[in-house]
Amino acid sequence: MTTERHAISVTVNGVRHDKTVEARMLLSDFIRHELLLSGTHVGCEHGVCGACTIWFDGFPARSCLMFAVQADGHDIATVEGLADNDKLSPLQQAMHEAHGLQCGYCTPGILMTMSHFLASNPAPDEQAVREALSGNLCRCTGYQHIVDAVLLAAERMRG
Amino acid sequence: METRYFGASVKRNEDQRLLTGQALFIDDIELPGMLHAAVLRSAVAHGRIVTVDVSAALKREGVVAAYTAQDLGDFWQPGPLLVPPPPIEGSVFNLRTHACLAKDKVRYAGEPLAIVIAADRYIAEDALADIVVDIEILPALVDLEAALAKGAALVHEDLGSNIAAHIHQGKGDYARAASRADHIIKRRFLYEHGISSPIETRGIVVQWDARGGQLTMWDTTQAPVFVRNGLAAVFGLSERQVRVIAPFVGGGFGPKIMMFYPEELLLPWAAMQLNRPIKWIEDRLEHFVATTHERGQVHDSKIALTKDGKILGVKDVFLHDSGAYDPYGLTVPINSQCTLLGPYVIPDYDSTFTCVFTNLPIVTPYRGAGRQHGVFVIERLLDIAAHELGIDPAEIRRRNLIPPDAFPYDNEIIYQDFAPLSYDSGDYEPVLDKALSAIGYAGFKDEQAAARAKGKHLGIAVAAYVEGTGIGPYEGARVQVQANGRVSVATGIGTQGQGHYTVFAQIVADQVGCDVRDVDVVTGDTDRFHWGAGTFASRGAVVAGNAVNEASKVVRQKILTLAAEHFECAEGDLELGQGQVSIVGVRGQAIRLSELAQKANPMRGAVKPGAEPGLESTQYFGPPSGATASGVHAMIVEVDPETFTLAIRKYVIVHDCGTVINPLILAGQIIGGAAQGIGNAFYEKLMYDDAGQLLNASLADYLLPTSLDVPRFVLDHTVTPSPLNPLGIKGAGEAGAIPAGPLFAQAIEDALGFKAKGIELLEIPLSPARLWELTQQAG
Ligand code: FES
Ligand code: FES
Repeated sequence: MTTERHAISVTVNGVRHDKTVEARMLLSDFIRHELLLSGTHVGCEHGVCGACTIWFDGFPARSCLMFAVQADGHDIATVEGLADNDKLSPLQQAMHEAHGLQCGYCTPGILMTMSHFLASNPAPDEQAVREALSGNLCRCTGYQHIVDAVLLAAERMRG
Repeated sequence: METRYFGASVKRNEDQRLLTGQALFIDDIELPGMLHAAVLRSAVAHGRIVTVDVSAALKREGVVAAYTAQDLGDFWQPGPLLVPPPPIEGSVFNLRTHACLAKDKVRYAGEPLAIVIAADRYIAEDALADIVVDIEILPALVDLEAALAKGAALVHEDLGSNIAAHIHQGKGDYARAASRADHIIKRRFLYEHGISSPIETRGIVVQWDARGGQLTMWDTTQAPVFVRNGLAAVFGLSERQVRVIAPFVGGGFGPKIMMFYPEELLLPWAAMQLNRPIKWIEDRLEHFVATTHERGQVHDSKIALTKDGKILGVKDVFLHDSGAYDPYGLTVPINSQCTLLGPYVIPDYDSTFTCVFTNLPIVTPYRGAGRQHGVFVIERLLDIAAHELGIDPAEIRRRNLIPPDAFPYDNEIIYQDFAPLSYDSGDYEPVLDKALSAIGYAGFKDEQAAARAKGKHLGIAVAAYVEGTGIGPYEGARVQVQANGRVSVATGIGTQGQGHYTVFAQIVADQVGCDVRDVDVVTGDTDRFHWGAGTFASRGAVVAGNAVNEASKVVRQKILTLAAEHFECAEGDLELGQGQVSIVGVRGQAIRLSELAQKANPMRGAVKPGAEPGLESTQYFGPPSGATASGVHAMIVEVDPETFTLAIRKYVIVHDCGTVINPLILAGQIIGGAAQGIGNAFYEKLMYDDAGQLLNASLADYLLPTSLDVPRFVLDHTVTPSPLNPLGIKGAGEAGAIPAGPLFAQAIEDALGFKAKGIELLEIPLSPARLWELTQQAG
């Protein structure tokens, strides 16, 4: 087992981080335990639950399925970057109002997946929202209030 | 009292932190010098341990310690019984609890054999592969009947059989019912509930402060006070030397209340040996074998009826899978036994169950907690009766409902809380009517025929249930107006997403007259509140909610007394609201709660004898027995007759959980429960082979329902307040999950015309593959 460390430089929520990591370190562990951005959650570490979803160069990706070294030179966004200081993003606000979260463990991943979805689908119908959401597991809510929240956010973002 | 918040859909106080990634979950805790643990688990379900050798692991760079059962010395002992069996005459209960590491035998695949403590989790997991294990394999007991057969291998040899418990309860005389009956139906039912699978797995962080003699454990438990008391007892510490904190917990649904999980003892023990903080986070694959399940029962049931469909009696004999150990007592099978009675008049009831030790993980309650199993039996018996007697399925239910003037309704048997199973209040027929009208029951036959003409197979179902909720013993709460005017509330229960930070705040805000956002609720920290039982049995809002209400009322009175002194007026002239006390009708005469709180804690001067400082009160609430909620679910499905894929076209839930504190949060609880019910009915099945190996231990293979499997629900409710608590509330946490099984069976039979083909669905979970098998068998 080689424990050789590699220097990487990753930009997260607009801030550049230079670190050295083992080749085997998961990107999710790197974000959570090296950068201490623990808003990105880990539910399965095998790519199914979606809790660890981040944006990798602007696109949703599962950080548990990548190594930190693969992020070298790339741009990452996490849930901590969604709100503008204390002002929630439209989707965060809608999730609050529609009761789209219970334990909140799945929530960061869902916010990252669905914020991206809304950016490219400004006027989705319920079925489209459900399809986009179907890769993120939530065990608490039964999804209905999350769907409501996404539709509400879409409506508000259209203005 | 001006009620502004109680009963309103107040948005949650806890959301801001959760939405911005700032809420503290267990794996977010980082302590200086913290080590990381990984657990080696038996790959074999049943066997004699020959060797567990950690010497190579200890040589690996970065490994700090590795322990086997041998290394634990006197600390090695079987754990405590968590829930004693109810006092039912003639009961047999054989207690066999697990130790934190297996010593002579392993009894299920996943049972811990050794623990490694290392500088990081990656190294700890590497070191697991260094451990040499030799186990002599014994035959695994997976099937309940096979485990009871003569000559079967024994999970616990000293017991002489695999019987974990044997209980009989009943009322009236089933033989009498049978002799008077026009019609008797007899069937065998299989019902299996899966795993709760919260998106956050279990985890523990522990810190031992040797100088201060202080043990702190962060734990994903639903019952921090119990864990604290248990740890104090095990380590010979006083309770005040142990602090257990359940931070934000990512879902629980029952299994997170089990104690002690082996890791809950191994981590503090190791932290004391090493004098270093240690973290252990369960990974998802471990979760499938290391966290408790609920699993299955086999029921042989009979129902005796008159020809017009009135139930005369039910006789039910069932086997219950306990798993390898039974630390949680009999809660699950007792719930099945009691909840089978449902909302119906069943004059004669005879129920016997046998709990069976198997070589499978431990069984403890998971949302519904055995109620599903009983509800499936009675609801299916009624469906079969309806068919055989030529009565409409909704009508046969209506004919047997307990009438509204029969409450409190005594079922003459003992419930899980040791109290007689008595329904406090209820009015069932309006619930049924609302559900039938919302689903469009009357017009469905036409709808079905029209769809069939287009080649679509629609089916309808309706199922009813009751749920015993809000059981004792008690919870407490401390409410305090702080010097800055914010109000703090502390209770001993844990919270895993139920919205306690908001519903308790609503109760307080109404009493003391402040903004709901100015109430800070703390749950699950034994240093903040050190009495209580925990979050289970749909009891948080009922029991802790009433304690919060009692404490708030006392604080309200203290505010009034002090303000009356301040203004030199009568208390009756005062009004609370907007964070201040004012004199009714006098403008500008008001004092802020913050100022009153400061006055209540003077720096100088004499106070009256017996005076307590502050605007604070601690009160407790313990209900005499549980409050009984009820409901009816109705569903229309479309099933593809070739592929057996299923789409839910409409799903209606009408429920009655007494007075509602927050309709939005309640809807979330009900819908979330129903989604889990759908998973249980049609998607989730733990697949074991004959060797006791779980074949689908990943989220790719064990299917949790997604947003495409769960429909939009139509909700409605009725309100029959509980007379057992001042707020009139009943629990709602589990209700949604309970009746989905019989609903699926009934709707699928209807959609595919199974009755005419002689196919009956007598088991849960179902799946497309299973439906195909059953139709093949029927030819
Ligand atoms: S943790 Fe990455 S998908 Fe589940
Ligand atoms: S809110 Fe708990 S998993 Fe989604």
